[in-house]
Amino acid sequence: MTVETKLTMTEQDVRSFSASHSEPEAFTNLRVQALAAAEALPLPKPDKTKIINWNFTDFPAHTVESSTYASLDELPEQVKSLVDLEQKNLYIQHNNTPAFVSLDEGLKAQGVILTDIQTAIREHADLVAKYFMTEAVKAEEHKLTAFHAALLNGGVFLYVPKNVVIEKPVQAVFLHDNEEASLFNHALIVADKSSSVTYVENYISTVPKAKGLANIVSEVFAEDNASVTYGAVDVLAEGFTTYVNRRGVAQRDARIEWALGMMNDSDTISDNTTFLLGDNSVGDTKTVVVGRGAQKQNFTTQVIHWGKNSDGQILKHGVMKDSASSIFNGIGKIEHGATKANAEQESRVLMLSPKARGDANPILLIDEDDVTAGHAASVGRVDPLQLYYLMSRGITKQEAERLVIHGFLAPVVNVLPIEGVKKQLTEVIERKVR
Amino acid sequence: MSTLVIKDLHVEIEGKEILKGVNLTINTSEIHAIMGPNGTGKSTLASAIMGHPKYEVTQGTIELDGEDVLAMEVDERARAGLFLAMQYPSEISGVTNADFMRSAMNARREEGNEVSLMKFIRELDSKMETLAMDQDMAQRYLNEGFSGGEKKRNEILQMMMIKPTFAVLDEIDSGLDIDALKVVSEGINQMKGENFGCLIITHYQRLLNYITPDHVHVMMQGRVVKSGGPELAHKLEAEGYDWIKTELGIEDETVGQEA
Repeated sequence: MTVETKLTMTEQDVRSFSASHSEPEAFTNLRVQALAAAEALPLPKPDKTKIINWNFTDFPAHTVESSTYASLDELPEQVKSLVDLEQKNLYIQHNNTPAFVSLDEGLKAQGVILTDIQTAIREHADLVAKYFMTEAVKAEEHKLTAFHAALLNGGVFLYVPKNVVIEKPVQAVFLHDNEEASLFNHALIVADKSSSVTYVENYISTVPKAKGLANIVSEVFAEDNASVTYGAVDVLAEGFTTYVNRRGVAQRDARIEWALGMMNDSDTISDNTTFLLGDNSVGDTKTVVVGRGAQKQNFTTQVIHWGKNSDGQILKHGVMKDSASSIFNGIGKIEHGATKANAEQESRVLMLSPKARGDANPILLIDEDDVTAGHAASVGRVDPLQLYYLMSRGITKQEAERLVIHGFLAPVVNVLPIEGVKKQLTEVIERKVR
Repeated sequence: MSTLVIKDLHVEIEGKEILKGVNLTINTSEIHAIMGPNGTGKSTLASAIMGHPKYEVTQGTIELDGEDVLAMEVDERARAGLFLAMQYPSEISGVTNADFMRSAMNARREEGNEVSLMKFIRELDSKMETLAMDQDMAQRYLNEGFSGGEKKRNEILQMMMIKPTFAVLDEIDSGLDIDALKVVSEGINQMKGENFGCLIITHYQRLLNYITPDHVHVMMQGRVVKSGGPELAHKLEAEGYDWIKTELGIEDETVGQEA
């Protein structure tokens, strides 16, 4: 079987979409160049997963029109339960339509920007030009990043100026309720020097099936001494082909922490990379996954050390049931000159059924002598002695398994800072492993 | 009154017979101690009573008030009133000690009749105080990173919260310093009463300075070879096991040797 790797979108389509959003010329050119480059560029090569026959090009519609919300009262129940209704810092996107945005007045006055990405492209062109697909993810990296740049149709922009500390989390909810919709979303998060922010995003499908593509890119910049905590819970429907690339760049003394709950029912390729450019920078990556049905997924988590004394932590825990299969690649890379760097990783996969497959590949690439590194990996079933112990206290086997699985996925659940999101992730896990 | 009756119990692990016909009857309000050197089958007996997956009962019966314990799953045995304080409790990451204990308590209650959070916390606090445990241990993950002594106290804490009819304590005293031994004993003594029976498995007479057993049994070669009152423990402490071996004509007391 051969799969068409050419898009049905033409240069003219891209130009007219760009014009309809009054994008600056530079951005239009970026799109057009990316589209032209895409054809010749190869697909990414996630280690140990063949994606050559996956559909990354064919989708029913580039954009669909959806309703906006004048107030939070109008939100569908499934979205309402995710957000703290007192929450002031919130962006909601309804399929491809920016549907609601609010930001605390005090933060606005301090220069914080929270807006949909199209508005940012128009109104904050300098910041966008500086950070958008220049350093963390490049359009010409491979076919999918090029498609992303050419077809971008949604997303969010968050800018935190120097020395501003945002105490309450900033939340973005991406609601998918139209099966024709495709998501080419871009989250661009910039924390300027000595600032601090927690950003939490939710991808939620409320239709059971999707026909479109999800090609999602996040770029996070933590400038000197800044701190960004990035939480995500992805629950996209079966039928999507999902490519999600979340990357961060940490400068001197900066810190980026990821807590990713990857609960899609779609086939998914995930790239989560943190570049520790500055000395004393910290990258902490936590990912939990549940695979079910005939899902195929690949999760590649990388921390790349350039800075001296940089610290990179990778934790990945996956639960596989039915005939789901997942590859977990963890890569700790220490470049020459990154003395005293520390790269640690732990990948564990729990299999709940004989047909499920999981593969944990810890990789350390070290080009410097004066470093420390370590890895642990395991693939197996629920430990019968753990079950025996729990059952010996009167807990049923089913409940004992449930406790062990929730405990196994707790590292991400416990660090999510929004109660509604924590609860949602717990419920999704419950539903998926049952 | 409840009764646990073990008759002619034979148990194998990986094809090797360890217990070769154990007979024992324990009533509530009684404390029994099983003593004996290493390798004589004491811990196997504890594991077989609870239903450890690796131990296979090949002959004999265990009955709790006439109910066939061997026909029950591990969780059913627990809900029927049995408890085993394990020598090597599992560590379970991501599950807090408190959540686990509440689940265990609620497992033996009807749906809708769960223990209230306030009542649970009050009770947990008071039992932890008895056992001189740090309050933060309630929020730590179950046994994860616990020291040997903390694990033992945590087993006794679970027993005190769950309030079983019969508790089997498998070497609860090993690795405990004298202060820890005292608090653990205090916990066990608090459980004493007409609704509680206990089987204490130990190498050492030391624990029995703090908990007075009603009956003392000696195991050798996978059987109970001698039973008596508390004075038997004292005699063992003073004279060791050799006199029993001589009396019974046993050369090697460990399992696998025949008398």
